[in-house]
Amino acid sequence: MVQFLQRNEPMNIHLRDPNVVMKLSRLGSFHQSKLSFLRSFLKEFKDWEYKRDLFELNEHGYGTAVYSFKKKKRVYSLICFANELDENERSDRVIATKWDAAFTLFDGVPLKQDIERLQKEVPRQEFGRLSYKELTLSRANKSVRVFNHVVERLSEGKQPDNDLITSVGYLYRTTAVYGSGKFGLADRFRIKDREEIYGPFRLEMMLVYLVRQFTFDQVNHVAKSKNPKKAVNLDINICKSLGIGNSTGLGMAPFIVNHPTLLNNWISARETALKKIREIKIISENDKNLFLKCLKKSLKNITSWNTESEYQINKIKSLLKDLNEFILYLDNDFSFNQDYAFNELYLYLEKEYCEECIEYVVSMMMEPYDDITSPLIKEMSSEEEKYFNIPTERTVEELKVILEKKYPDILTIDFNKNENNLNFWFISKNKEEPRLANRFDEVGAELEQPLAIARDIKKLYELLSVTKNSWTIAKFLATNNELRHVVRRAFIVEKFPYSEIQDNTIGQKIMPIDMLRLKLSFFGALKFDPRSDKWLRICMFQGAPLPEQLKNYDEHWIYN
Amino acid sequence: MRSLSEIDTVSKRSSRAAGYSWGIAEEIGKNIRLLEIFSLPGIKNLNSFFRKKKELRLENINIIKQDNEADKNEYCPIIAGVNFLDQIKNLETLNEITFKKVSYPLLFLPFVSRASEVIGKRILLKMDDREFLLNFNNNIYSNYTKNEIIESAENIYLKVLENRDSFEEKEWNELYKLSEETFVEENDSLKESGAGAGLTDND
Repeated sequence: MVQFLQRNEPMNIHLRDPNVVMKLSRLGSFHQSKLSFLRSFLKEFKDWEYKRDLFELNEHGYGTAVYSFKKKKRVYSLICFANELDENERSDRVIATKWDAAFTLFDGVPLKQDIERLQKEVPRQEFGRLSYKELTLSRANKSVRVFNHVVERLSEGKQPDNDLITSVGYLYRTTAVYGSGKFGLADRFRIKDREEIYGPFRLEMMLVYLVRQFTFDQVNHVAKSKNPKKAVNLDINICKSLGIGNSTGLGMAPFIVNHPTLLNNWISARETALKKIREIKIISENDKNLFLKCLKKSLKNITSWNTESEYQINKIKSLLKDLNEFILYLDNDFSFNQDYAFNELYLYLEKEYCEECIEYVVSMMMEPYDDITSPLIKEMSSEEEKYFNIPTERTVEELKVILEKKYPDILTIDFNKNENNLNFWFISKNKEEPRLANRFDEVGAELEQPLAIARDIKKLYELLSVTKNSWTIAKFLATNNELRHVVRRAFIVEKFPYSEIQDNTIGQKIMPIDMLRLKLSFFGALKFDPRSDKWLRICMFQGAPLPEQLKNYDEHWIYN
Repeated sequence: MRSLSEIDTVSKRSSRAAGYSWGIAEEIGKNIRLLEIFSLPGIKNLNSFFRKKKELRLENINIIKQDNEADKNEYCPIIAGVNFLDQIKNLETLNEITFKKVSYPLLFLPFVSRASEVIGKRILLKMDDREFLLNFNNNIYSNYTKNEIIESAENIYLKVLENRDSFEEKEWNELYKLSEETFVEENDSLKESGAGAGLTDND
């Protein structure tokens, strides 16, 4: 409490309660920030030498291209294969089997033999075999409407229609980006000690970023081939305003449940940043101005946020209304010339505004504080194997106390009610992708994935309650291994408070897109566009500097 | 070549399909990955085990004692292994542990390797005539290098090895003496200004 502190006494703000932060509605209100992976990727690779090494496309834009980032002896090369695709075969669904283009990020400089090998495998995606030399894999489809329009206009010597460009925001959409050993790709252990990829998903971000450049080069090339004398290149500023679209379905949701320590480290970085910002006693004029500038300019990202989802339209409307009110309050009624101004501001936000607005402003508060966020970015990966073993020498009583402390709301849920036990997560047979279904209407509930953590934690608690407190966990597990997976999690959450979603992931009210939004906000995605409660479209790198501009770019590009 | 991540995932899912709980399936995924890292035939043995598991009518063992013998059939290597790992802090004091009749014993081995890391002691594992020295889950030293399926072991003998030097004191002293040749003799004034100089240790 500010009023009780002596003037020079440092403020000690507590980290926010996981039982508040880790609720799905709150996690689903997160927005991009300085901690987001695409922004930290650009910062890390800004000094690397960028090059287009190969560009062999025919007049229609089909063929092979290679782009690279190089520093000293380390080289990462994106290999692109653009293919002709029949209109009827184009689908963004993960169950598709053909795409306009397919990509892989290669570790080093690919030889001719590598490209020949990959040409056979990469376009087949999940049905192809990659090797330890390849790091990430993806595919993308054109937004045919935008791509063809841009080709048409450029070939006539004109720039494309601004309204169309703004309303869509990209030339291509990726539909999945794979890494970490999938389909034979390099396992993480092979590369995890490389300093440039401390911080999660760096190489996935690199792939998407270089794919974006490929889309510009391809569209210019096709326009030029169409009308060599008259065609012009896509204006650099229009290129910058375009990103890469992405369709994301439920595949992402189990990830955050299956990687508890990683989830903790992401959230913990965000929470630590907020805590440290709230503990700043005197806000400098520069920092105040930067915060206000980013906040005000960022409104453009909300007003240009297009979606047909009523759910999201309502969220955007309410966010915009709250932010406009909040900015008026900042301009007219709030003074930064008080101690711990950001703390005061945060407390005001919690009192007055919705979760979406609170988390939006929390992201904005980080903008002036590179010194706080930069060290945290390095803490956002996790050595998950270290926490795998269960401390079986601990007692039943200790485990019960952990459950009571760490899952207080979950323990109050009645899973005997159908509404709380309505859905089950499973892996679809045709594409090996996670899906969610009603257990009372659909078949297959007996093959449920271990993602009903809340229900199983409650079961564990009930079982522990009729077990002798003095028993060791080893003795308990000897006859109760059905709940082993949640025993492991309970001991993880004891050490990592933000490792667990504090909600029921199988209840009637579950909004799976909240789980997707959480992950995508850490990726740095903008303009979430839910197409149902189970999948959404986003845009990445919209407004980002082009590779040739990286050496000297504005870190706050996202608000320009 | 299959990545370790693929090996882990497929082993885990197939273990669940074979009837183990998700928690145990997670352990098996990690274990098969471990065997394959150490160039031991994990996938080969797991696949064969699951193919024959139903007809084997295996016995489960919950609480592990010094000497363990299955009644009629063989022990399940997974349940024996998971309980061995869970109970290792108690078993450590027994020093020597034996199992008679264990099915697919290579699937039992990674649990013992991980137990070696948990207690910080090497464990010697004899599987009939095959010997494995499990070094804190960092590596495995063995006289067995065949890429084959081992369907059963009549006797498994485990010995927890105390943390002892592998060399004589005389050998250590000789080497230490040689290492001293990298040191430089200090003069008196440097000796007087070293850490702690001038302070009373009884203050």
